[in-house]
Amino acid sequence: MEALFSLLVGALFAVSIYLFLSKHIIRMLLGAAILGNAVNLLIFTAGRLTREVPPIIATDETTLTTAAANPLPQALILTAIVISFSFFAFLLVLGYRAFQELDTDDTDEMRVAEPADEDAPPLGY
Amino acid sequence: MATAAQTPVDFSAAFNMAPTPLADWLIVMPVAWCLLAGAVLLMLRKRTALHPGIAIFALIGLCLFDAALLVRVLAEGPLTMVMGRWLPPFGIAFTVDLMGALFALTAALVALAAGVFGRADVDTTGRRYGFYPFLMLLMAGVSGAFLTGDVFNLYVWFEVLLIASFGLLVLGSERAQIDGATKYAFLNLVGTTLFLIATGYLYGLFGSLNMADIIVKAPQLRDTAPLMTLTTLYLLAFAMKAAAFPVNFWLPASYHTPKLAVSALFGGLLTKVGIYALIRVLVMLFPVERDHLAWVIAVIAALTMVLGVVGALAQNDTRRAVGYLVISGIGVMMAGIALGSPGGLSGTIFYALHSMVVMTALYFAAGIGGTLAGSFLLSRSGGLYAGHAVLAFTTLALFFSVAGLPPFSGLWPKVLLVKAALDVGAWWLAASILVTGFLTTIATGRIWLLAYWRPAPVGAEPGTNPRAPTAVEGRHEPPVAAPGDAAPPFAAMAVLLALTSLSVVFGLWPEPLLAAAQEAAAALLDPSAYVLSVFPGEVPQ
Repeated sequence: MEALFSLLVGALFAVSIYLFLSKHIIRMLLGAAILGNAVNLLIFTAGRLTREVPPIIATDETTLTTAAANPLPQALILTAIVISFSFFAFLLVLGYRAFQELDTDDTDEMRVAEPADEDAPPLGY
Repeated sequence: MATAAQTPVDFSAAFNMAPTPLADWLIVMPVAWCLLAGAVLLMLRKRTALHPGIAIFALIGLCLFDAALLVRVLAEGPLTMVMGRWLPPFGIAFTVDLMGALFALTAALVALAAGVFGRADVDTTGRRYGFYPFLMLLMAGVSGAFLTGDVFNLYVWFEVLLIASFGLLVLGSERAQIDGATKYAFLNLVGTTLFLIATGYLYGLFGSLNMADIIVKAPQLRDTAPLMTLTTLYLLAFAMKAAAFPVNFWLPASYHTPKLAVSALFGGLLTKVGIYALIRVLVMLFPVERDHLAWVIAVIAALTMVLGVVGALAQNDTRRAVGYLVISGIGVMMAGIALGSPGGLSGTIFYALHSMVVMTALYFAAGIGGTLAGSFLLSRSGGLYAGHAVLAFTTLALFFSVAGLPPFSGLWPKVLLVKAALDVGAWWLAASILVTGFLTTIATGRIWLLAYWRPAPVGAEPGTNPRAPTAVEGRHEPPVAAPGDAAPPFAAMAVLLALTSLSVVFGLWPEPLLAAAQEAAAALLDPSAYVLSVFPGEVPQ
């Protein structure tokens, strides 16, 4: 099960990196959404996927000896999901506003902050 | 519940049974205080007239808390407080050591300066958009990052400060701001995601996220676990945050676009949080892996510092030139991390503190100068010296300080770093620090020559500049001062002078800061006091 999930995570990373390499904001946004899910799945898989084993400590033992799934990575993911969701929401609005204001979603043409035709600094008085 | 009666639960196995002493609450106070102030400011969102007063009061409070924390750490060594009284490593630990306390106090001072500067720079619209609430929340994130002793918690504080910085960056919704923010946001998203991936692997390997616990467990895991991969991932993630070459291009694309107070705050604080995290994780948690990566870090450091200042040389816009100087400084700090020796690390810590103050002041100076001249472009400004001698000399002092010339605070850390580099025979690293200093002198000297010393054309009144257009280029509303004003606003100049005098004081009298930086570096290289503060009774190897 873990091996399958690892392959899935790898595939998701590949897809998101491919989308991030695009110069169009809308594809980068999709890449950001997939990247967040890829990381969350990665951490989820790292915490073991054994759903059949209940995390119950036997009466004569003090610690858990069975290999039950670790709940802490799942708690980490909950935090990460909230954060990546809010990030994505912000990026979505930012991308939309950029398209409205700059009239393009091509990052090569977004040269307002760094104008392509800016003068060189003066070389003398 | 019969079974529960048979085996009474021993809470002391997992809980700290003694209540947390009142004085120890000081450790989380900087974060809690900032969040509280941010929440109050959000509630008073529409009463914008109240914002500066509340925020400046809160920031003064933050400075006092951080100063008290520094005094306690100097007296007692590292301090730990665990959330919910869970014993470490189960609870999230806040552990403040000397480096964290020094960074937190300097950050608070810089934020106070930005808050006061913002009174003049940020108009009612900017306040309505939430400049001061975002400022307080940013400081909550920055303070949390400096004080936490838990890796995942560090990630959370990174995100807190990042979200707040997005808000600050697009404060005016100008076209250039949206353009810059798009690049900033996407690239920082990739950076924090790398950080999260590395942290996920870290938990998978160690089963713990507590820094002290990781220090203790690392030697046993070193033979079997892929710690090199992990450390390299952290290096990439934090180098991206710190804007090290070649992952630095988000910084010059965005840092000149927001309001001056915001640019100054970002230039002073955000990249230094990346440097702090690099030191914390690479030097303290994984020193052996850092040794293996030393060459890589050293090459990155040399390239970052030289290419940063070359970028500054090529800029016509003073704010963008300052942005490149920030990057160049990051290279100098990374040189100390690459060396990893007590001398190199204390140089890095000293330089980071110096850089926080001086970069913020430089953005202030560039901003005031640019608005008075009517343009941030070197090709269109001039004559500032004739009308504003105090501003001109203050700016010159800052330029000397950033170039590392005496008698300012930039000199001493560079001396430490050059000596540390020569001690291990890394002559090329020492040479690149010196060449960077030389090129910085040229770059800043030229800005001063063109924007300040160059006379305004014949017939112009002092303080007015016919080269300048009527509105400040690249901005919709005149900030700080209107072009052609006789004098910059008092608050803005006072803040600039205060920060500059800090640089002068620590340039002339570096002893206390130098001693503190050396002590902090020694504590990082031998973190036994840090571990003892989290696990009393544990014997570190």
